Amino acid sequence: MEDLIHLDFKGLVVLLMSAVFVNNYVLQKFLGICPFLGVSKKLDQATGMSIAVIFVMLLATAVTWPIQYYLLDPNDLGYMQTIVFILVIAALVQLVEIILKKYIPSLHSALGVYLPLITTNCAVLGVTILNISTKYDFVSSMVNSLGSGLGFFLAMVLFSGVRSRMEGGETPEAFKGLPITLVAASIVSVSFFGFAGVIENLFK
Amino acid sequence: MKKLKLLLNGLLKENPVLVLVLGTCPTLAISTQASNAIGMGLAATVVLLGSNIAISALRNIIPDKVRIPCYIVLIAGFVTVVQMLVKAFAPALNESLGIFLPLIVVNCIILGRAEMFANKNTVLDSALDGIGMGLGFTLTLFVMATIREILGSGTWLGMEIPVLIDNNISIMTLAPGGFFVFGCMIALVNKLSKGKAINKTEFGCMGCPSAAACGKLKQADCGKESEA
Repeated sequence: MEDLIHLDFKGLVVLLMSAVFVNNYVLQKFLGICPFLGVSKKLDQATGMSIAVIFVMLLATAVTWPIQYYLLDPNDLGYMQTIVFILVIAALVQLVEIILKKYIPSLHSALGVYLPLITTNCAVLGVTILNISTKYDFVSSMVNSLGSGLGFFLAMVLFSGVRSRMEGGETPEAFKGLPITLVAASIVSVSFFGFAGVIENLFK
Repeated sequence: MKKLKLLLNGLLKENPVLVLVLGTCPTLAISTQASNAIGMGLAATVVLLGSNIAISALRNIIPDKVRIPCYIVLIAGFVTVVQMLVKAFAPALNESLGIFLPLIVVNCIILGRAEMFANKNTVLDSALDGIGMGLGFTLTLFVMATIREILGSGTWLGMEIPVLIDNNISIMTLAPGGFFVFGCMIALVNKLSKGKAINKTEFGCMGCPSAAACGKLKQADCGKESEA
């Protein structure tokens, strides 16, 4: 446990900012493309989905990090990581849904739709595994998850704006639907390159 | 003849990536190098073959209500096996696939084929479907990686392409190039099949492999949204 990466406050801010802008999960790392393409058509849906993703990412990290370091590693069960993590995330999402339904029905009706979709969202499993493989300590892991979730949120909101502008445009027959959406995603993704230098130099 | 058709189905007519639009994340992320594309494709094929066989063999035992969690456990088991094999025998591939190797678990192609095919068909048919779909995935990844690698880095499977190596368009190997090439390939399939191939022009909840199991679909507006 000694070789984990500990970050001071400044380091955490840089980590958060670069997770949102530079290493954007959707546009740079290609994680969570399905919801990005599927649910980004309307702004309110994009927002709902992203908030649910941020929530589940934080929760999943808070649960899987201790499991890895206090349960799997001491017992030499590191190879069980994939199975354990996906099951924990699936159970967690189910649990959150049941709790929300019982105690906060208004939030459930707003976010509940998106929760089952999140179980098989590779961004959530991805962030938990990446936190372990880059050896972040608990606080850094949580910050990284928050940044990744916010990055997902930013990409979704930006892209839903782009898509609503695209709706009125005249698209070549073969490009209608998914192809033009992907080309648009490519252009949105280029725009994120602009952030790369900014974050590096901002906190020098 | 019918068996051959099952095998070939995944390669062209129901290509998992270009026609069913499943497994987009690894397709975009891994297709920067042709050699990685083959490695990823074969790893996914092995998992797909194993999970299809296991799920179709157990299809009468697994209760309907808990089938999705059962499938996920089975798939995760096969992924772990493949992960350990790759780590042991191809450490370089393990390095370059990185996070996307364990993420085969949540690859929609595998859960999608379990839900759409393996739980309704015999073991042999499911095995053939698994091989076909896996090879279709590998083939698409390979073609896409070839385009991106030749244009982006001027190399192909370790060979150097004479003129392009000095004039590479490096954005092709970065994220935007991935989205762009993928979009163009789907548009090409659309054009060649005159729009018949992609019956789900809109990418929404209804096209999700777990749509049938997703109880939310009936009450939620996300189902209607994609039909509209």
